[in-house]
Amino acid sequence: MMSEKLDIRINDRPLQILECTNFVKDARAGGNTVFVGTVRDQTKGEKVLKLDFESYKPMAIKEMAKIADDIFAKWDALKISIHHRVGTCEIGEIAVIIAVSTPHRAAAFEACQYAIDTLKETVPIWKKEYLESGEVWVAATP
Amino acid sequence: MKVNILAFGIAKDIVGARKGEMDFTEEASIAQVKDALTERFPKFEALRKFSIAVNEEYREDDYIIKEGDELAIIPPVSGG
Repeated sequence: MMSEKLDIRINDRPLQILECTNFVKDARAGGNTVFVGTVRDQTKGEKVLKLDFESYKPMAIKEMAKIADDIFAKWDALKISIHHRVGTCEIGEIAVIIAVSTPHRAAAFEACQYAIDTLKETVPIWKKEYLESGEVWVAATP
Repeated sequence: MKVNILAFGIAKDIVGARKGEMDFTEEASIAQVKDALTERFPKFEALRKFSIAVNEEYREDDYIIKEGDELAIIPPVSGG
C-alpha cells in the first residue's frame, strides 16, 4: 500500500532501512525516527537458529494502515513507512522497519513507539522460532 | 450456510490445512464458530486465545456471519 505519505510493505526479501528513511523525508519535518527490529540469537536462554514469519497479507496491510491512520490523527505525522519481512529470517536480519517523520522530535519518538507496540498486538503476522529443541510458534500458548 | 475458513500460524498446524470450509445449519455468531472449532479441534483450548476475522476485519463474539464470508482463525500474533 503506497500513497504520498504512507508506504506499507510486506516483503519476503531482506528489508532496506534507507528505503524507509528516504520515504519519510519531508521539508516540513524536524524529527525523523526509525525503529529497526532484528532477529535475536536467543530466547529465554535458548539458542535461536532462525525464524519464519507468516502473514495474512491483505489483513496485515489493512491493520498496519489503521496504525498509520491513528498516528496521522494523533501526532500530526507527515509520513510513515512500515516494512515487515516474511519467510525465513536468519539471525541478525531485519524483521521490521518503522520510520516516521513529524514537525517536532517528541512526536516522532512517541509515534514510532506506538507503531511497533500496536503492530505487535494487532497485525496478523506470526513468528515461528527454530530452536535446538524444536520449532515453536511464539506467544501461541500460555 | 457455507463459509470459507483460513488458518494461520499454530492454527494451521491444529486444523492441518491453510484453507477449508465450514458449514452451519443456521445463523451463526463468532462465538458459535469458536465453539465449533474447539469441539472439532480440542487443541484450540491450549492456545492463550484466538480471534476470528471476517473478511479481513477482527470481529467480536456476537458478530453474525453470512454465506460466503471469509473467516480467518487468528492465533496470538507475534510480528515485529
